[in-house]
Amino acid sequence: MPPDKPDVLHGSLVLMVLRTLDSMGPQHGWGIARRIEQTSGDVLELNQGSLYPALLRLEQLGWIASKWGTSENNRRARFYSITRAGKKQLASETENWERISGIISRFLRPGGASS
Amino acid sequence: MKCLRVLWHRFAGMLSKDRLERDLEDELAFHLQMETAALIRRGMPPEEARFSALRRFGGIARTKETYRETGGFPMIEVFWQDVRFAFRMLRRNPGFSLLAILCLTLGIGANATVFSWIEGILLRPFPLVDNQERMMAITGTSRGVPGHTDVSRPDYQDFARDCTAFDAFIVDRITGITLSVGDRAERAPASIVSSNYFDALGVHPILGRGFEPAEDVGRNAHPVTVISYKVWRERYRGDPGIIGKAQMLNGVPHTIIGVAPEDFHGTFVGWAMQFWLPLSMQELFDPGGYKLEDRGARWIEGFVRLKPGVSHQQAQSEISAVAKQLEDAYPATNRGRGIQLYPLWQTPFNKAGTLLPTLRLSLAVAIAVLLIACANVSNLLLLRSFRRRHEMTVRLAIGSTRRRVFAQLLTEGSILAAFAAAGGLALAYTCRNLFVLLLPARSGVSMYLPGELDWRVLALSTGVCAVSTLLFALVPAIQASDIDLAGAMRAESGGVVGGGRRALVRSILVQVQVALSFLLLVGTGLLMRSLRAVEATNPGFSTANVLATTIDFAAAGHNRDRTRNFQELLIERLQSLAGVQSAAFTGLAPFTVRSYQSASITVEGYEAPPDQQITVDFVGVGPSYFATMGIPLVEGRAFAHTDTNTAPPVAIINEVMASQYWKGLDPVGRRFQAKGQWLQVVGIARMSKYENLTEIPRPFYYTPLLQTGGGSGLEVRTALPPETLTKALRSEIQRLDSSLILGEVITMREQVGRTTAVQRTALAMLALFGGLALLLAAIGLYGVMSYTVSQRMREFGLRMALGADTADLLRGVIRHGLTLTAAGILLGIVITMVLTKLVANLLYHVSPRDPFTFGAAGVVMAIASLAACLVPAWRASRTDPVRALRS
Repeated sequence: MPPDKPDVLHGSLVLMVLRTLDSMGPQHGWGIARRIEQTSGDVLELNQGSLYPALLRLEQLGWIASKWGTSENNRRARFYSITRAGKKQLASETENWERISGIISRFLRPGGASS
Repeated sequence: MKCLRVLWHRFAGMLSKDRLERDLEDELAFHLQMETAALIRRGMPPEEARFSALRRFGGIARTKETYRETGGFPMIEVFWQDVRFAFRMLRRNPGFSLLAILCLTLGIGANATVFSWIEGILLRPFPLVDNQERMMAITGTSRGVPGHTDVSRPDYQDFARDCTAFDAFIVDRITGITLSVGDRAERAPASIVSSNYFDALGVHPILGRGFEPAEDVGRNAHPVTVISYKVWRERYRGDPGIIGKAQMLNGVPHTIIGVAPEDFHGTFVGWAMQFWLPLSMQELFDPGGYKLEDRGARWIEGFVRLKPGVSHQQAQSEISAVAKQLEDAYPATNRGRGIQLYPLWQTPFNKAGTLLPTLRLSLAVAIAVLLIACANVSNLLLLRSFRRRHEMTVRLAIGSTRRRVFAQLLTEGSILAAFAAAGGLALAYTCRNLFVLLLPARSGVSMYLPGELDWRVLALSTGVCAVSTLLFALVPAIQASDIDLAGAMRAESGGVVGGGRRALVRSILVQVQVALSFLLLVGTGLLMRSLRAVEATNPGFSTANVLATTIDFAAAGHNRDRTRNFQELLIERLQSLAGVQSAAFTGLAPFTVRSYQSASITVEGYEAPPDQQITVDFVGVGPSYFATMGIPLVEGRAFAHTDTNTAPPVAIINEVMASQYWKGLDPVGRRFQAKGQWLQVVGIARMSKYENLTEIPRPFYYTPLLQTGGGSGLEVRTALPPETLTKALRSEIQRLDSSLILGEVITMREQVGRTTAVQRTALAMLALFGGLALLLAAIGLYGVMSYTVSQRMREFGLRMALGADTADLLRGVIRHGLTLTAAGILLGIVITMVLTKLVANLLYHVSPRDPFTFGAAGVVMAIASLAACLVPAWRASRTDPVRALRS
């Protein structure tokens, strides 16, 4: 199955999920959503529903794993954690992202595209 | 790697769908609780917090749907859903389902059956034989003479030596043999084959061996035989020690050296061989003397196998070049002689060539029947989809996509087709060996024309099924999924629906059916008229009151003198029998399966074109042959008892030969040379037919049997019904010489009738399918008419209320039906004009565009459609205006 088309929003959601799990350790879905919103300074209002199919897809790809456990308020919840393959993917996507954003910002500098 | 993992997860997800669903349910519930709690903590009232959480989540149902699609295989799941639903729909309407499946089964079954015939008879006719696609039939040609000749043994050896494009040259000459079993004698089909026969074909005897190269040579030196599995099982009861035992064949003991495998029946399409004999025994089994070293004796039929990668053209051009060299090297025997290779399915010397036009026609007919069946089912589906439009409208209105509705309808079509395919293949399996039944039975010959249901036939049939599914299910599916929602909702309460474009599609489908049925009707009519014309043809001899049979002198080991004495004695005895008017022997009676001998001739005073040889067929006949057969002599005299060995050689020629080579001169008293002997023409016989009724008039001459010897055919002319004479004939022969075996006794009328077998077969085939097609078309028309009537009930009611009477309505409906038919017939005339070319080579003295036949087919079609319209019309005329307007 070919990887999804590089959809910037979708791609960035993957990057954000992986980064969140990498820095915070195992998290449940709501925690991930909350963290993403907080990090963006509540500027980015995530459509929370779209998070779950994305998590399932990442799990199918083997980048994250999930386990049922007990939450901080003693409820049954599903916890996601990043796998070794996920870390590798995070590294390469981070690099990718930086390269692209570098290119874009060079374009956006005054006189960037005409030189 | 990554793809596999995803696939695996999806697959696992599909299997544990319920758990996945429950987990998601829990997970989402947890998320919403957490979100709500967080919002409450920030000071939102609980009620508002819950709504806000739901809003921020953005559509639970949609999330679940996306989640499910990611988690499993939605397409497969949807497909299963469709299949289950389709089964429910088909069960709910069993009448419709059965009718549709029956129509398609007939269409697909007819095609699969014809495919299996073509595969088994034309394309892979020889079970167990390797590399049949590289085999070609080899025949000779004679410049200036149409048709094919056989090949001589010395030429054959030169081709095998000088050609490089071939793996093998195989001799396979069919012959009949007489085998003695105790004091009984039987006839059996056999083949004279070259020693490489079994090896080259890749067929290995299950007991003993095949032939060895030494057995190709030496005049009558190797009386050995390979027997068929069936003979071994039935005649020798599967004796394991059969090898080395002797069997009398044509009066000579032969050693059995091998038993062929069970499914091997030789390489002559149409017949199952029972014995194979080596080339060296040619003289014993093939009439006309020893021919193995005679370049002028053309008697070999056979096959070549091309080396891998050699094209037909390359093979043909190489062998033609070698034939040209032989023409230069041996002008006396080979002037004007060439070689023609044929693909197996066009083999001219066995049944493949004669059945080719019939099978081709069968295929065209089967396809027409399938198209009619498809149009019919398509129409049925359309009618039903109008009845289901309420369901479709609701489904679309509550959010089903048009694609889903379309897929659903296509699935229903596929299920119908799948049932029909299974039924069709079962039908084909049952009918695969029935082709032989279409041919007239012939005593003493085991006809063998099996169909073959191999993977190629199965694949092709499946393809046909898929194409037909598209054909019949696509139009209704497109139409039904293309509902104008608003319009349909409004129209739901009554009024005109399914009008306009849809009615047009239905009419077109009916017209296609009518057109195709018309085509088949015209085909049937043409063949019927042609057969009439053939049967009305005068063969040039009397068929009434003439009885024909054969006596096998060679098998009894009689020499020439003994044969002649017996013949004279028998004729004398027969002519003294009550009722017998005259009797005569002949080398070969007319209209048998065997062909006449031919000779190269030189006519005194006639200059042949430099690169051609005049070749004319001839036969030896006894003194009263012309009187017995009722062939008048237009000039000169018949043969006399004095035309013996000691008298000068004489001949009687036919009218065509006289006019072709003597051009206005009187040939009587003049001479021509044949087989190194000068013959004096003593008489001219009226033109007659020699092998079949449709042959073109050709030159022919007769020689006296008393001079040439031989003569195994016996003709008897009687004043009584010929059948009553059979017993007397047998007992006379038995009394004179009990070692002689009498062949089949048959009237000339019957013998002539057998030669029209091909036309009869084709006619039977077309009549069968034509009737079927007519029935299907009538059903289709009936369906459309009765639906139209049921839709127009209100209109009829209104018209009656306004003063129309019963007859008006009746006339109106019938006029509508006949208009549809007329349009179909017009279309049919156009199609038929183009397609009757297919039967042109089966037609005799009938134009493929015979106006009478077209007219008759039109009338039949019109009557059938009138019958189909009557019930709907009657129903329309019985409309109760009050009830119709109220409903």
